[in-house]
Amino acid sequence: MEKILMRGNEAVAEAAVRAGCRLYFGYPITPQNEISEYLSLRLPQVGGVFLQAESEVAAIHMVYGAAATGARVMTSSSGPGVSLMQEGLSCLAAAELPCVVVNMSRGGPGVGNIQPAQSDYFQAVKGGGHGDYRLIVLAPSTVQELVDLTYRAFYLADKYRNPVEILGDGMLGQMMEPVTFREPEFPPLPPKDWAIRGKGGGHRKWIVCLDLDPKGLEELNLKLQRKYRLLEEQEANYDTFGDPEPEILLVGFGTVGRILKSVVREGMREGLKLALFRPITLFPFPRAALFEKAKGVKGILVVEMNLGQMLEDVELAVRGKVPVFFLGHTGGVIPTVSEILEHVHGLLREEIRV
Amino acid sequence: MKVVFERPKTLLEKPFTYCPGCHHGLAQRLIAEVIEELDIADRTIGVGPIGCSVYIYEFIDVDFVVGAHGRAPAIATGIKRSLPDRIVFSYQGDGDIAAIGTAEIIHAANRGELITAFFVNNAVFGMTGGQMAPTTLLGQKTKTTPLGRDPQVHGFPFRLGECLSVLEGSAYIARVALTRPQFIRQAKECIRKAFLTQMEGRGFSLVEILSPCPTNWGMSPKEAVDWLEEKMIPYFPLGELKVKGCDSREAP
Repeated sequence: MEKILMRGNEAVAEAAVRAGCRLYFGYPITPQNEISEYLSLRLPQVGGVFLQAESEVAAIHMVYGAAATGARVMTSSSGPGVSLMQEGLSCLAAAELPCVVVNMSRGGPGVGNIQPAQSDYFQAVKGGGHGDYRLIVLAPSTVQELVDLTYRAFYLADKYRNPVEILGDGMLGQMMEPVTFREPEFPPLPPKDWAIRGKGGGHRKWIVCLDLDPKGLEELNLKLQRKYRLLEEQEANYDTFGDPEPEILLVGFGTVGRILKSVVREGMREGLKLALFRPITLFPFPRAALFEKAKGVKGILVVEMNLGQMLEDVELAVRGKVPVFFLGHTGGVIPTVSEILEHVHGLLREEIRV
Repeated sequence: MKVVFERPKTLLEKPFTYCPGCHHGLAQRLIAEVIEELDIADRTIGVGPIGCSVYIYEFIDVDFVVGAHGRAPAIATGIKRSLPDRIVFSYQGDGDIAAIGTAEIIHAANRGELITAFFVNNAVFGMTGGQMAPTTLLGQKTKTTPLGRDPQVHGFPFRLGECLSVLEGSAYIARVALTRPQFIRQAKECIRKAFLTQMEGRGFSLVEILSPCPTNWGMSPKEAVDWLEEKMIPYFPLGELKVKGCDSREAP
């Protein structure tokens, strides 16, 4: 299959169109503008709709309206814009409406800067808005994986009737890599018989994100929780690389995941027993797999472009059975292979003598 | 015997849950009548707001989507852009459309979005218990303006209809009241024109409906109707504020 050199932001946009996305609503913010620029030309070519909204607040509610009609719809933004979308994401989760949100995240808090960071992990994975809900969160580490996970994001959104966030960062969005658009084969999806399209000759339907009856609202919440447990059982996904019996297990997602792959390669050349565990789904977090993989290791080193967010999920997953260490940079500072390797040496020397 | 008056089938056979003297029921009935007369119930989608207006989805027999406070114009935009041949309307109160949702309604109107907004203005936040609304009149006492609305502190009552009228994308803007049979007939005609504006693709349409809120105004229904006519109508004058691109239609 033909390989095309594409920027991450343009690749995710093209993959969305090929996955059947026909509506996009968004508001400009760096470092993801190429997504909307690409779609402003591409979507009309396939009879779709590109609309630049007046704010991220409006954009996410336009997504809500379009999703309610059963169409495949997406938006994209970066940290501060995704913060503004939290109201709508809570409503989308409550109304069980499928959609895809891309966050090419940048340094925070506040306006922060436009350099890559992973400090939106909590916001993406733990709910972000008000109420007891989860997004499905996917974390690609290469442009090819960004393409593949975009197809998957639309499939999962429809399968589970849940908003999906693709959590990338400014580096993934801006880098260029060769990609192929392999159309994945997914099992058939149930018909969207819930979609609001005018009642036609039939009975009327409605989609709301409220229930004033306490029992009714608790029932909705319990139903959502059953869905989230099912996701944990069926959709948790990860990648591993390196020594099958490592002394130190490196854990990182997205951009850091690919840096850690180089650390493992370099370390193994030096004779170290290292392996990488890279969660691909951040929610559901691959807890059970990480617990298994951690058996027998002397220590885990979590590396993130934040100051310790996924770290908490790693600690929960290994349940105190293995010491967990952390190395993080934030604000747009990217950890280097040599720095991480140095840290690994330090751990082996001082913290977990073997 | 000839039937001269009955419930439109598009209005579900269900008692309204609104307070005595509130005009939401009247407004919703008129919208249902027009939907039925235009024979568009099968392809109409309503968008509910947050506030007392939200209950509309329980009473009108069309598909409905209800989302967050103030965002109905954005939600309606998403629906209309996805399904351009459907008729999409929002139904919003003053807090919803003229406070928290100001940006969404202004930009929907400015885009010339082919949707119709119904704006029920009762000069007060109803569902939350009577706080100041953007449309609360100067001197009007509410739960959060206990000494009356003071322009030095709270600014001025917001005339949304006039504000939207100056935008290129708006095609039909009218303000109506339902306090007299004559007004009700005019209101129905405005609602019909607003839907036709959308169906003929002329641009954005909005009908502002002045409504009493006896509960939160602390008045009897009769007193509330009188107060609306004496105080609200002079500040929020009735009539068509903008009629663009339609030839044979006359002002009510």
